[in-house]
Amino acid sequence: MQRAPDFTRAILDARLPVPEGLLDGQSRPAGRRFNVYRNNVAVSLTEALEQGFPTVTRLLGEENMKGLAGLYLRSHPPRSPLMMHYGADLPTFIEGLDQLSHLGYLADVARLELALRQSYHAADAPPLDPLYLGTLAPEDLMRTRLALAPSALLLRSHWPIWSIWHYHTTPGAPKPEAGGQNVLICRPEFDPAPLLLLPGAATWIAALEAGRTLGEATESAATATADFDLAATLALLIEGQALTVPPR
Amino acid sequence: MSAPLTSTTLPAAPGVGYKPQHFQSIIADAGAVKWLEIHAENYMGDGGRPLAQLRHLAERFPISVHGVGLSIGGEGPLDPDHLARLRHLMSWLNPASFSEHLAWSTHDSHFYNDLLPLPYTDATLARVCSHITQVQELLGRQMLLENPSSYLAFAESTWEEPAFLQEIARRTGCGLLLDVNNVFVSATNLGLRPQDYIDAYPLDLVGEIHLGGHDEDTDDHGAPLLIDSHGAEVVDPVWALLDYTLARSGPKPALVEWDTDVPDWVLLEAEAARAGRALAQLRKAA
Repeated sequence: MQRAPDFTRAILDARLPVPEGLLDGQSRPAGRRFNVYRNNVAVSLTEALEQGFPTVTRLLGEENMKGLAGLYLRSHPPRSPLMMHYGADLPTFIEGLDQLSHLGYLADVARLELALRQSYHAADAPPLDPLYLGTLAPEDLMRTRLALAPSALLLRSHWPIWSIWHYHTTPGAPKPEAGGQNVLICRPEFDPAPLLLLPGAATWIAALEAGRTLGEATESAATATADFDLAATLALLIEGQALTVPPR
Repeated sequence: MSAPLTSTTLPAAPGVGYKPQHFQSIIADAGAVKWLEIHAENYMGDGGRPLAQLRHLAERFPISVHGVGLSIGGEGPLDPDHLARLRHLMSWLNPASFSEHLAWSTHDSHFYNDLLPLPYTDATLARVCSHITQVQELLGRQMLLENPSSYLAFAESTWEEPAFLQEIARRTGCGLLLDVNNVFVSATNLGLRPQDYIDAYPLDLVGEIHLGGHDEDTDDHGAPLLIDSHGAEVVDPVWALLDYTLARSGPKPALVEWDTDVPDWVLLEAEAARAGRALAQLRKAA
């Protein structure tokens, strides 16, 4: 006899009756005893989402976040026992919800928080030695290929996602102003933080990620943005330990 | 059984479930705590602080790996991806012990993040045994299987839980993890005497004991319904049940679990120290 299909359906949908043949110690129907499982599942998944998306939770308020989590966990129960990955589809899910269409930036803020969590668990990689670039002749420098560390994640948004995140995580931070922002999540050692990127830097980083040389990446960044600052961008990424030497 | 099986090598001393917020305190002075238990799934990421901390702790303490996501009691086959992750963790960490639950959490590729109950029938017995054999052969070592907290019973069950666990151990060669809080919770919820459960339990197969806190609720008839929450101090009747168990089993590794509303280190260490006193008392009496 298969128990799991009925059991799991009734766990996720409290409107369904408690499955038959579940009893208390005196062989009476289990009744609300079954709710222990309903609560354990709903509460633990809701808490996982609240912990994984603290800024989204602050933006929505706790009650609305519980509502969002309830909708999400019922349509997207985890597909893996690794709860560190739970919520990967939440940004797309938010975009599809009519009730949240007035908060256009919310999905990208969720993407930023998801990237912070992915960065936290990403593989370790030796950071690029800042002295290494100095040892290269200028023509070799521009032919060099650099790789992003697995913990460095690029986000491009039409919304001021860094300012929104900063405003809600740092007391006294200025109110966000309109306009898109590009962000690189960096993890110097173990604690990921989002860095606000200078103009052109996202284009440059995306080109490096695509395997372009330093020269090619710089050219495309300068084409995209007249005031692209290579030295400042390099310094930011080296300090954030976002760069590593690619495997040969 | 083709693979050679090594048994658990945890000391018969107090341990605690490891929480990252306690890292500095543990490194500074672990007090009564002689070993640590981790949830396997929290250390299956690719890198970063969790693995760095675990490597550090494993140099100083015996580590017990406690799985919460293998779904040993599941109706479908075990998840091959998850088995591969578990084998990887077990092989680089080479911990003192590996344990899992008599429960299921995955069905039809969905993970429910809870330890769900199974009926005790000949069919579920055969399935659990085949899953345990698969895990032990994959890991090349013995695992311990933990008794669950029960909130209800299945009409189709034909085995009592202690006999069911004993038969699993007999067929697979696995050991058992006895959670005395779970015994207290299940016995209260199903109207049994917890001491009767301990009397029926094959204590010689127990490689580890768990202690933890629970919440109190009531069912539709106003009867007590205890909920295993790991979110509070161990209650006195559970400490008494530990004494009752140890008097019959002899000294065992004893772990305090506190997973929600995690307290500061001082309080958790004090709970472990109390388990240590229960073990010390036993040695004095012997």
